[in-house]
Amino acid sequence: MATVAKEWREIPARYNLEGSECGNCNRKFFPKRSMCPFCRRNGFGKMHPYQVSRKGKVFTFSVIHEAPDCNRNLKPYAVAMIRTDDGLLISGQLVDVDLSKIEIGMRVRSVLRKLDEDGASGVIHYGFKFVPDL
Amino acid sequence: MREVAIVGTGVTKFGELWDKSFRSIGIEAGIKAIEDAGMSGSEVDGIFIGNMSSRFINQQHIDALIADYSGMATRNVPAVRTESGGASGGVAFRQGVMAVASGMHEAVLVGGAEKMTDLDDASTASVMDSTADAEWEASMGLTLTSLYAMITRRLIYEGTATREEIASFAVNSHKHGALNPNAQYKSPITLDTVLRSGPVAEPLNVFDCAPYSDGAAAVVMVPLDVAKKMGVDYVKVAAVCQASDTLALFQREDITTFKATTSAAKEAYRIAGIEAKDISVAEVHDDYTVGGIMALQDLGFFKKGEAGKAVLEGQVELGGKIAVNTSGGLKARGYPVGASGVAQVVEIADQLRNKADKRQVANAKYGLAQSVGGTGSAVTVSILEAI
Amino acid sequence: MDVGIVSYGAYVPRYRIKPEEIGRVWGADGKGMGKGLKIDQKSVPSPDEDVITISSEAARYMMQRVPEVDPKEIGAVYVGSESHPYAVKPSSGVVAEVIQATPALTAADLEFACKAGTAGMQMCMGLVGSGIVKYGVAVGADTSQGAPGDALEYSASAGGAAYLIGSEKVIATINKTLSFTTDTPDFWRREGQPYPSHGGRFTGDPAYFKHIISAAKMMLEDRKTKPEDYDYAVFHQPNGKFPEKVAKMLGFTPEQIQHGLLTPSIGNTYSGAVPLGLANVLDKSKPGDRIFVTSYGSGAGSDAFDITVTDEMKDYKRENAPTLEKVLENPVYLDYALYAKFKGKIIMPE
Repeated sequence: MATVAKEWREIPARYNLEGSECGNCNRKFFPKRSMCPFCRRNGFGKMHPYQVSRKGKVFTFSVIHEAPDCNRNLKPYAVAMIRTDDGLLISGQLVDVDLSKIEIGMRVRSVLRKLDEDGASGVIHYGFKFVPDL
Repeated sequence: MREVAIVGTGVTKFGELWDKSFRSIGIEAGIKAIEDAGMSGSEVDGIFIGNMSSRFINQQHIDALIADYSGMATRNVPAVRTESGGASGGVAFRQGVMAVASGMHEAVLVGGAEKMTDLDDASTASVMDSTADAEWEASMGLTLTSLYAMITRRLIYEGTATREEIASFAVNSHKHGALNPNAQYKSPITLDTVLRSGPVAEPLNVFDCAPYSDGAAAVVMVPLDVAKKMGVDYVKVAAVCQASDTLALFQREDITTFKATTSAAKEAYRIAGIEAKDISVAEVHDDYTVGGIMALQDLGFFKKGEAGKAVLEGQVELGGKIAVNTSGGLKARGYPVGASGVAQVVEIADQLRNKADKRQVANAKYGLAQSVGGTGSAVTVSILEAI
Repeated sequence: MDVGIVSYGAYVPRYRIKPEEIGRVWGADGKGMGKGLKIDQKSVPSPDEDVITISSEAARYMMQRVPEVDPKEIGAVYVGSESHPYAVKPSSGVVAEVIQATPALTAADLEFACKAGTAGMQMCMGLVGSGIVKYGVAVGADTSQGAPGDALEYSASAGGAAYLIGSEKVIATINKTLSFTTDTPDFWRREGQPYPSHGGRFTGDPAYFKHIISAAKMMLEDRKTKPEDYDYAVFHQPNGKFPEKVAKMLGFTPEQIQHGLLTPSIGNTYSGAVPLGLANVLDKSKPGDRIFVTSYGSGAGSDAFDITVTDEMKDYKRENAPTLEKVLENPVYLDYALYAKFKGKIIMPE
C-alpha cells in the first residue's frame, strides 16, 4: 500500500482541478507540470497554478465491465475524456448517468466523489468525477 | 556505426505455461536462438532483456537472474533489463542493435520474457493499467482497455473505421495463429465471435483484447560482416527506431493516431531507404484490435480511413497486399508483454530467412515490426532486410 | 450587527427507493408503512457518495451564488452529521479544502443526532457576531443508516445543505436563536455499531414533541410572536407525519410548513433535514418573509431560529446554482438489489 503522502500532495488537483499555466506561452496543463514541454528552459520557473474549468463536453467515453478491484462495487461504470470549456482534455469517471444515454458532446461538470479507499481501515481518497450538467 | 545482422532466433510456446517458471522460459528461448545461430554461447558478450513488470513474479533484478540462469554470469557477461510498457521487447531489441552497431559488443543476445500467470487476473490487469498514467488515468478509475475503447469510440465517431472493421483485425490474427505451432490460440474465429464476446470496456469485447500469457523470445546479433562468414542464414537490421509521446492519452490533441508510430516509422523508412509499400510482411502491436487498425494507418500501409476496410476484405492475410501478424499477433500468438517485441522480430527474421513454415510469405525482401507501450507513449519500429 | 445567512446550497443524491420495494423484500406492507410515515420515497447515495462529498457539493453550490465572497475570508467550517465517513478525521477539513477556504480557519465535525447542522449554524452565528470571523460555514448532511428490515430503513436517506453565515449582504437575518436540551435516550448509535438503535414509541412524546414544542414556545415567547406572524415554518422531519402533527400542536397551518417539508419525497436526511427544508423555503422566499425554524436531535435537543428574509435577496445570485426543486428533478429509482449494492450491503471478497 502506498503511503498517504502520494495522494495527499495531489489534493488541489484532485479536488479542484488545479493545473498549471506557462507564464511564457500561456499554454494550460492538467495535471500541473513544473516545466512547460513547449517552452522548456524558457518557461522554467514561470509555471503558475491554473484553475481548469469544471464544465465541459464528453470527447469520448467507455463503459467498463471488467473493473479494477477498487471499483468492483461500481461496475459497470462509465469513464470519459472531457473537453473542458477552456479547452483542456481530462480523463475521469462519468457517474449518475444512464449508461445507455451517454453521447459524445454531452455537457458535463465535475463533482467531488470517492475515488478509492485503502481498505476498511485506511484513508479514503476523494477526487473529481463528472456528472451530466443538466 | 557497423551494420548489424540477426543470426539466430528462438521462441518458446506462448500461453498459460503453468509448469514453467520465469527463469526456465527465459532460458529456453535464449538457448534456441544460440543453437539457431550455430554458436556455443561463449561468443555472447552482452545480454539485453525486455521485461515489463517485476510485479508479475515479484522479482526485481531480472537482468541478473537471466545472466545467472543462462550461464553467462560464470563469464561475468553484462546484462541489462529494459522496461517500456508493452514496448519493452522492442526497446530491448533496439538497445542490442545499438550495442553491436557501436562496436561496444561483438555478439549480443536480446531476449524478451514475461511470466504473467503467476499473478491473479485482477492484479495482472492493474499492472497493465499502470502502463497508462497511473496517477491521472488508472487512479481515476480508467483501465488500459477503457483507454483503447475510448480511442475505438472516437475512430468510429470520426468515420475512420466501423466496429466490424475493427473487430476483423482479431479474425485475421486468429487465422494466422492457427498456422503457428507456438501460438496460444490456434483456432480461427469469425467476426461474430468478436462482436458477440462479452464486453470488457465498451465498445471493446473480450476478443478485441490480447490475452495474458507466458512466453519468451530471443535473437542473437553480430556485426553484418561477421554474419556473412558464419555460414548461417541471417537477416540485416535495416533500421530500428523508437519514438515517445505523452504518458497520458488525454494529453494529446488527436487520439486516433499514435504520433510515436508515425514518427518512428518515418525515420525507419528513411534509414532503410525504402517506403511503406516495400514492406511485404509486418508484425504490428494488436494488444487491442483497434491498435492493429491504427498501426496499419500510422505505418503508412493504408491511408487513414482505409485500413479497417482492407482488413475486413482480407488484404492483410497471407497472400494479401501485405501479410500482417503472420505469427498470430499479440491477439492469437499471445501477449507475454516483454517478450512480444522480440517475438515480432523473431517472426520477421524467420519470414525473411524462409523459416516460417505454413505461414511463409513468398519472396519477402523487407519486413517490419512495431511494438507499442501504453497508449502509444513509446513505440519502436524495426525494419529487417533479407539478404 | 445583523447576523444571518449570506448564501446557501443544497444537495441530494439522484437515486430513490420506494417503501413498497423495501417492504417486498421483508414481507412487510411497505406501501402501508410509507403511508403511515408519510414517505413516498427516500433518497439513496451513490456508492461513491458520502457525507464528505454531499457536504462538498452543497458547499460548492453555496459558494457559486456569492462569487464576490473570497473563500479565504471564511474563518470557520463546521459539518454536522451522524454519518461522518471517519470516526477520527474531520469531514470539515475536506469541505474547507474543496471550497478553497484553507488554511486560515477553524474547522470541526459536529454530532448531535439530527440537529448537528443547526448547531453548526449557531456556532457560526456566535463567531460572526463576536467578530472573531467574517464568515462561517455550517453544513448539515447525512447518509443515514437504518438496519435492514427495521422501520428506520423506510426513512433513512441522504442529503445535505450548507449555509454561509455572515453579517454583510445577509439575505436572511437570523433575529434570534435558542435551544432546549435534555438527556433523553430516544435514539443512539454506539461507537463501532453500523446501525442506530431507537426507543420505539418513546421517540415520540417525551422526545421529538417535547423538545420541539418547548423550544418553539420559548422562541414565540421571546419574540412575542404568534404562528400566524410567519410565512413559513420548518420543523425536523424524521417522517412526514411528526412535523405535521407538531405544527398543528403549535398552531401552524399545513400551508406554512408545506415548502419546508421534504421528507415525503426524499426521506429523513437526519442532520440534512432542517437545513434542506430551510433551503427549499429560501428558494421560494422574497424579502420580508418570516421563517420559523425548529430542529430536533435525538438525545435530545432542539434549536429554534427566527428568520427574516432581507432585500438583499433581490440581488442574490440564486440562479448560479440549482434550486432544490431542480436538484430533485429526474430521480432514478432503484430496486432493493441495486439499493443493497449501492449501500455496500453485498459482501465482496477481500
